[in-house]
Amino acid sequence: MPFEPSSELAAYAEKVVQRYPERRSAIMMILHALQREQGCISLEAQEWVAGFLGIAPIKVREVVSFYPFYREHPVGKRHIRVCRTLSCALNGGYAVCDSFKQAFDTGLDEISPDGRVTIEFAECLASCGTAPVALVDDDLHENLTPEKVRELCASIKAETPAAPPPAPAGETAE
Amino acid sequence: MTHADGDADMPTFSKSAPHPKERRLILAAAEDPDFDGTIEAYEGRGGYGELKKAFGMKPEDICKEVLDSGLRGRGGAGFPAGMKWKFLDRRSGKPIYLICNADESEPGTFKDRQIIHKDPHQLIEGMMITAFAIQAKQAFIYIREEMPHGARILEEAIEAARARGYVGDNILGGDYSCDLVVHRGAAAYICGEETGLIESLEGKRAYPRIKPPYFPAALGLYMCPTIVNNVETLCNVKHIIAMGGEAFAKIGTPGNTGTRIWCLSGHVQKPGYYEVECGKVTYGELIHDLGGGLLPGRKLQALIPGGSSAKVLRAGERFTGKLRSGEAFDWGIDDIPLDFDSPMAAGSMSGSGAVIVVDDSVSIVEVLANINAFYAHESCGQCTPCREGSLWMKKITGRMVSGGARKEDAALLASIGDQIAGRTICAHGEACAWPTQSFVAKFRDEFEAAAQRNPDEWKNREFRLV
Ligand SMILES: Cc1cc2nc3c(=O)[nH]c(=O)nc-3n(C[C@H](O)[C@H](O)[C@H](O)COP(=O)(O)O)c2cc1C
Ligand code: SF4
Ligand code: FES
Repeated sequence: MPFEPSSELAAYAEKVVQRYPERRSAIMMILHALQREQGCISLEAQEWVAGFLGIAPIKVREVVSFYPFYREHPVGKRHIRVCRTLSCALNGGYAVCDSFKQAFDTGLDEISPDGRVTIEFAECLASCGTAPVALVDDDLHENLTPEKVRELCASIKAETPAAPPPAPAGETAE
Repeated sequence: MTHADGDADMPTFSKSAPHPKERRLILAAAEDPDFDGTIEAYEGRGGYGELKKAFGMKPEDICKEVLDSGLRGRGGAGFPAGMKWKFLDRRSGKPIYLICNADESEPGTFKDRQIIHKDPHQLIEGMMITAFAIQAKQAFIYIREEMPHGARILEEAIEAARARGYVGDNILGGDYSCDLVVHRGAAAYICGEETGLIESLEGKRAYPRIKPPYFPAALGLYMCPTIVNNVETLCNVKHIIAMGGEAFAKIGTPGNTGTRIWCLSGHVQKPGYYEVECGKVTYGELIHDLGGGLLPGRKLQALIPGGSSAKVLRAGERFTGKLRSGEAFDWGIDDIPLDFDSPMAAGSMSGSGAVIVVDDSVSIVEVLANINAFYAHESCGQCTPCREGSLWMKKITGRMVSGGARKEDAALLASIGDQIAGRTICAHGEACAWPTQSFVAKFRDEFEAAAQRNPDEWKNREFRLV
């Protein structure tokens, strides 16, 4: 099925292309808005972006597949990115990551069994002075300890109802 | 305005009183607890006064002041800003673009974040003065995706500045117009490299371009002459206009003018950002006085003086030689002045100003393994030596830690490093090779021992770095 942008997304795309001397430059901003709205960037949505910008769909996929932040598959309701890089690691970043994984009984780079989160490692988040740090969606959490992570996870659980992903047999085609 | 909207980003807004050894120029307003970053507060401190002053000057005279100031780029290479602006190809007749590099992606660096979050108008004023000086047709701020609140703060600040005639059409009622656009990256380190950034801003993969011929000042954005400068560099332009290039050049030391914001992290009591006069304070003072020293009972093992790609310094090392001035020096790590030239004289670099302290509680092999994992993840993949070499360096340091290392691995690791630097399109080649080359050269014994060690021994360590 072809992708139908919401009216907000279509309006945003129209607005943002005006900012650039060349249309194609707007691709990253449009992909950000699209991913925020849809959760991920499907191939159908990529075709729409390509049509909108007047470039081949492969040019869109090249961008989506190059930048770590864009994804073609959904993540949990909350997206947790734990900094893995040196200053955080020197201050216990790996233990912080383990605490996140334990709290949601999940591994890295997958939707947790309760559907609430996807936990990933990120590279240096430019807040090394308050290491270790993690981003939960847009919000930076600093000076983390396993104790603080447990509190944070408890509040995520309180705010986000469990919604286990459908069983693999019922998986929709991608 | 954004600053009071209850951002969960909060701790970023914590402010610190200046240490007696600090000299705050760029952070003066940002760290003032009474300053909230709004345009009203900014104007209340005389903000946009320098924009008005600059618009009364001839563009070439602004460029001259910046050249005279000796201002060097704060993004990594330390290239004189005024000189870079001079290289702009004006004869082509093509439009000129200005780009602020707010990708802040070199591990250990977190200074641009402070400016963007706490004092966005300082950056906007610095950029609009620069845009006028180089007669840019349009200006962009390329900000990393991982700072979404920063991007929003900038967008709102730009709208406020536009409403007052500081940005956009007919700035200050005159006939110069220049729009300023915030563009967000998507978590790729290589977008910090200026030509990768330009490709990304054109809507493509951030594949760096080969120099020559693609020097941005001649063939930059849309193959038009383009200036790319770091956030802190552009903020300095405002202060150069305020005091004049000559007065600015008196701050710091000759050839290393102005102040610099150093980002201190790792194993120290008081990590943070500290702005000091260039060349007037040493690494020892930064770590021990400003940074409160090492953690109790720990000893320094290594220091990374300028971002994780800078060559490592080993505790106890001595650095001797002659400075450009002809003066002889004999330094320990603590004696090296915090500026551009001294870390270079000590065989490393000041890079992005990120100082990472490593004490004796961790294995130096694991530290390199952590760094190598970063650069392997971030290679754009265009050049074989960088793409394959960074992966091999990660793999070898990884197996030194987790098992399966071979006797010859220390030598193999060093030889891979040696085969990358100088053979690639962009300086990511050097950035990924320098850590391996310097760690193995300076801690050879540890790497050789690691290659022989039983991996079970690693399991008892306090915490992991890989
Ligand atoms: C791999 C790599 C990453 C870089 N990352 C950054 C960065 O995050 N921020 C930055 O300002 N400069 C970065 N630079 C340096 C830029 O290429 C460029 O020199 C700089 O933005 C110029 O600004 P300046 O002259 O004001 O320092 C990087 C360079 C390389 C080779
Ligand atoms: S050196 Fe590395 S990052 Fe730079 S262009 Fe080559 S492969 Fe890409
Ligand atoms: S190393 Fe984690 S924020 Fe920089």
